[in-house]
Amino acid sequence: MLTLIRGGRIVDPGNMDGVGDILIEEDRIIQIGSNPDPGSAGLSRKPDRVIDAAGKIVSPGLIDMHVHLREPGQEYKETIETGCRAAASGGFTTICCMPNTHPVNDNAQIVEYIISRAKKAGLARVLPVGAISMGLAGNQLSEYSEMKNAGAVAVSDDGRPVSDSLLMRRALEYAKGFGLLVISHCEDLSLSANGSMNEGVTSTRMGLAGIPNAAESIMVLRDIALCELTGAPLHIAHVSTKESVEAIRRAKQRGIPVTAETAPHYFTLTEEAVKNYNTHAKMNPPLRTEKDVAAIQEALADGTLDVIATDHAPHAETEKNLEFDQASNGIVGLETSLALGLNLVGQNILTLPALIEKMSINPAKILGIQNHLVPGAYADITLIDPEVIFEVDADQFKSKGRNTPFNGWQLKGRALLTMVGGRVVFEDL
Amino acid sequence: MQLIKKDILDMESLSSDEINLILDTAKQMKEISQRPIKKVPTLRGKTVVLFFYEASTRTRGSFDIAAKRLSADCHSIAANTSSMVKGETLLDTAKNLEAMNPDVIVIRHSSAGAPHFLAQNTEASIINAGDGMHAHPTQSLLDLMTVKEAKGHIEGLRIAIIGDISHSRVARCNCHGFTKMGAEVILAGPPTMIPKGIEQLGVRVTHDMGEAVSNSDVIMMLRIQKERQKGFLFSTEREYARTFGLSLKRLEKARDDVLVMHPGPINRGVEISSEVADGPHSIILDQVTNGVAVRMAVLYLLAGGVRHVDAH
Repeated sequence: MLTLIRGGRIVDPGNMDGVGDILIEEDRIIQIGSNPDPGSAGLSRKPDRVIDAAGKIVSPGLIDMHVHLREPGQEYKETIETGCRAAASGGFTTICCMPNTHPVNDNAQIVEYIISRAKKAGLARVLPVGAISMGLAGNQLSEYSEMKNAGAVAVSDDGRPVSDSLLMRRALEYAKGFGLLVISHCEDLSLSANGSMNEGVTSTRMGLAGIPNAAESIMVLRDIALCELTGAPLHIAHVSTKESVEAIRRAKQRGIPVTAETAPHYFTLTEEAVKNYNTHAKMNPPLRTEKDVAAIQEALADGTLDVIATDHAPHAETEKNLEFDQASNGIVGLETSLALGLNLVGQNILTLPALIEKMSINPAKILGIQNHLVPGAYADITLIDPEVIFEVDADQFKSKGRNTPFNGWQLKGRALLTMVGGRVVFEDL
Repeated sequence: MQLIKKDILDMESLSSDEINLILDTAKQMKEISQRPIKKVPTLRGKTVVLFFYEASTRTRGSFDIAAKRLSADCHSIAANTSSMVKGETLLDTAKNLEAMNPDVIVIRHSSAGAPHFLAQNTEASIINAGDGMHAHPTQSLLDLMTVKEAKGHIEGLRIAIIGDISHSRVARCNCHGFTKMGAEVILAGPPTMIPKGIEQLGVRVTHDMGEAVSNSDVIMMLRIQKERQKGFLFSTEREYARTFGLSLKRLEKARDDVLVMHPGPINRGVEISSEVADGPHSIILDQVTNGVAVRMAVLYLLAGGVRHVDAH
């Protein structure tokens, strides 16, 4: 199978930015540039398929470092297959899945299970994230070496933060030895207590217990201190506050090996979205205020925040259609992330290449994987139409989750075609 | 004027005209409770469901009596006997209640926003009888009625609300209610008990009990719950009583015509001393009496006469 992607603007920051063609044979890119010639690659035949990309963006496959696939254990919320289908439809070729499954992904068998299920689905590359501690219980390190050998790329405590500072220190040290990244969900559980939204005048008005910004930044500061102590790479998940951003900025200035991500909802929405007790705007960390949103946008622009990840968290309707404080935290994100990211480009907060850095190049760098569009590389490619306007319709999501605060929004820009290893896994041309 | 609302969910969404209408109606209703035969046929054939998902003696009893004095059929469901304990969701419970065609559902629930959720999912009128730390509008209405009755007006009065403001739906509702009716509200308590940004509701905050007590026309004390010690909100009951409790000695600094209120149940000797609670300035039991009148008024305005026209 020979495929030619012709005439698109190839945006691969650090490698190239310009109009050109990409020639793909089987699973790999064989030529890239203007007018690639199958003959010069030793191929006498014509392409089996020519994809006209004129006026479109050709990007290295998007990578989402923070996804909950729910399988094994909560297949009613999402399966590896439906999650991967949602990823493909959102333009993602690679996703990292968090370990808070049932059972918890804290051993090689679960890592292998997830990878085999993902291979069977054949829609996206799934890179499992193992648990920092056994059962996410915070008592004992899980088997990092075994998980790494089975294919895990990182360890995390997502959903069940590590309160014990010694455990966090040891996790960083232990993970460093095996070349695993530590992804930290920063939350001081005693400060966030029973909170179900941001603490402030809105929570006061609504009579809901609030979660102060400090519940996040206090742990960001702790983990930065431990990162400095151990020299182990640390990646901070779903940053939502101004104070966290400031702590990360200072740490980077001092050369501490910390990276960080935020999610589209933290640069798009404020706590106002929870008014009327809208549980589709309930997540952890909670939506914050305008000053936090401004700080997040600024931090994306100046590079303090390296990555946009979705924290895709599918839930069943019965877990959201409840009293606000009883409803589950989290929203789905795979199928709206690119458009919300492009919205930052539309607002001149990020350039298009900078957005692709946040959604592809930087995640690859942090995870230590090759994702550039170069000859010999796997053909993981996302074709983007940055101009098309569409209305978000949660009922049409490929994900099982319908829990999004963006339902009904008019957004601009989406993936037209997603290719993983030369195979088209999604197209809407 | 008539009330064209489907539900009474909080004081924020009531206009001052609507509040006045309810208070005027309540005044007429109060007269019914003073008759030898305390019953009128106004809501005959109407069904009122009292759905209490949280313990309550006073409020539930008050709604029950109010409904019966208006001849409504009143049915009470308590949390410990409801299917809530069997794991049924609020939505399913609401749908099942709805299927029995009640005219009004009075709900108390530990989750803020639960009555709003119910209101979006039922045709029946919803009255919020207390939702978490959020709102308790009929309490605020009865407080307004009681103050108006004693002082003749609300506008221009200074109301001090003292205690655990953070956890109090009564305080929140009264911030809205009294400021909307032209009174000045001052909140007092230790900083641990003052929620973030409450000043933006148009009220003043002090941590000085003396300042709150002197020059106020009304002092409203809030109940201190012992379990709040676990959240580190205060040290000992002894210290609390001495710094933020209303004693006779403290009351000496207040105006001669000051009114003392409390939404109950009271902790004698903690936030309020017995001498004050039972003393001449106390209108605590008038609040209870007016509670029935206010609840008769809202039941009448929601269920009597023409059915509401708007959705909300």
